Amino acid sequence: MMRFTTLIKNPADWMTGEGADNAVVLTSRIRLARNLRGEPFPGWAKKEQRRQTLEILRPAVENLPCMKDAFSQELDDLSSVQKQVLVERHLISREHAARGEGSAAVIERRQSIALMLNEEDHLRMQAIRPGMSLRAAYESLAAVDEELEQSLELAFDHDLGYLTTCPTNLGTGLRASSMLHLPALVLSDQIGQVLQAVNKIGLAVRGLYGEGTESLGNLFQISNQSTLGESEETILRRLERVIAQVATHERNARDKLLEDDPEMVSDKIGRAYGVLRHAWIIDSKEALNHLSLLRLGGDLGFLPQETVKSCDALLMDIQPAHLQLHSGRKLTPEERDQIRAEIVRSRLQTLEAPDIRSTRKKNGNDPDPEIL
Amino acid sequence: MDCDICGKKAKVHLTQLVGGQIKKIALCDDCAKEKGVTDPTGFALAEMLLGKTPGKVVAPVPPVVQGFGRRCPECGFTLDDLRRIRRFGCAGCYTTFKEEVNQMLRGMHKGSKHCGKVPAGLMELHERTQRLEELRGRLDQAITSENYEEAAGLRDEIRQIEIKTSTRSTERP
Ligand SMILES: [Zn+2]
Ligand SMILES: [Zn+2]
Repeated sequence: MMRFTTLIKNPADWMTGEGADNAVVLTSRIRLARNLRGEPFPGWAKKEQRRQTLEILRPAVENLPCMKDAFSQELDDLSSVQKQVLVERHLISREHAARGEGSAAVIERRQSIALMLNEEDHLRMQAIRPGMSLRAAYESLAAVDEELEQSLELAFDHDLGYLTTCPTNLGTGLRASSMLHLPALVLSDQIGQVLQAVNKIGLAVRGLYGEGTESLGNLFQISNQSTLGESEETILRRLERVIAQVATHERNARDKLLEDDPEMVSDKIGRAYGVLRHAWIIDSKEALNHLSLLRLGGDLGFLPQETVKSCDALLMDIQPAHLQLHSGRKLTPEERDQIRAEIVRSRLQTLEAPDIRSTRKKNGNDPDPEIL
Repeated sequence: MDCDICGKKAKVHLTQLVGGQIKKIALCDDCAKEKGVTDPTGFALAEMLLGKTPGKVVAPVPPVVQGFGRRCPECGFTLDDLRRIRRFGCAGCYTTFKEEVNQMLRGMHKGSKHCGKVPAGLMELHERTQRLEELRGRLDQAITSENYEEAAGLRDEIRQIEIKTSTRSTERP
């Protein structure tokens, strides 16, 4: 079995991989909730019952072909920083990290499939892929599900489908979501309208690292709310359609910003570059917001295309637990802000300043007057 | 005040105590209907709706219904426990509290009947259950329209499937 340090040493496949429509859709995630028949749900079970369930689940999960050489660990055996790192990588949930005895995580070595044992449900399975790839993520997880059905007796009802601890997950037990980067919709003040429209169709939207109502880094997650009364196919198809529409809106907004107000866009990206290259103290909110603009700069051609990838890696690596893991000790918030700035500076060391004129040429919006 | 979902003029105003905090929510008639808020005083849908607020990581919570002392025979769970932890105790609770579940599901999902994937081992049973349901519906119709010949045929078909199902279930360990 894989050790924690080995697992975490490398970025997840979905963090670095190139997916379809990567410039707007960062990742696609599928989650399936499943429970065993005849065993009390984890939140209601007594300690011994949780242990007993784990003893049924764990071998079944570890024997999955995709879990060969996987990481498999009881949460009680992990430090709080280690658990937090897994949360920051979206490999376990916050709720799962908080659970005590009898909970475990089994994570495929490339981190694209992660299974939580005794979370809110007995089994929460997740697949993550880069870019717009809900379908591929679903297919990989459905294969895991089918395999597990051979060895586990799942709680299923002919009317209610897969029985889950909370009735909000009944039926398919499927939660599908994509993380979207929407800086141009935010800059052009169209974001509220778009999110309201998405909500109106019965999909949930939330800002990613945000507290309260603000969203940090212009990152938003769109997911299905309803799990009962529709097939997996219908749920995925609606979500795919809506996400594609939002992505198109975002791309149009990017084009329009460049056309209408190139000075404003250049200024924003230039300032973000300046701060990230030269700051010595930076909190995560400021870092996320500037990285978002740098990422936009990479996509618009102000900066090399690889900037998008560097930003994505940084989004993950500047989070609190990742910083502590990186420096190997507990850090005060002040120390974190310094180390965060240091990491950002060193990663962007070779990144040259954004060039506005070359941008416009590359984008083909305006012919370069110097050439004419 | 405008509707929190679509921005139209709000007609329904909910104030809910959620986790010790007062949350207010405003809905227009259409969205209220869509979310199943027919009785604005009796439902705790606030969190379900607030789940949409950007940045709010609040899982939708089922509205809690009036409880009595009934107990799930499989796990000992009661409706009072549901009010407290807002999750069920075991899969068997769904049978024990069938009516309450049905009430809760109204407006929570796009439908009330599963139409997704079925575990491979249960596929045959599932198809048979679906077929029985369809036949029983047709039987009711045939009787109402006094089409007794068709009713007799349907009744035979139903009986055959039922016999097959019961011999099957005794075969199972
Ligand atoms: Zn409305
Ligand atoms: Zn029960």
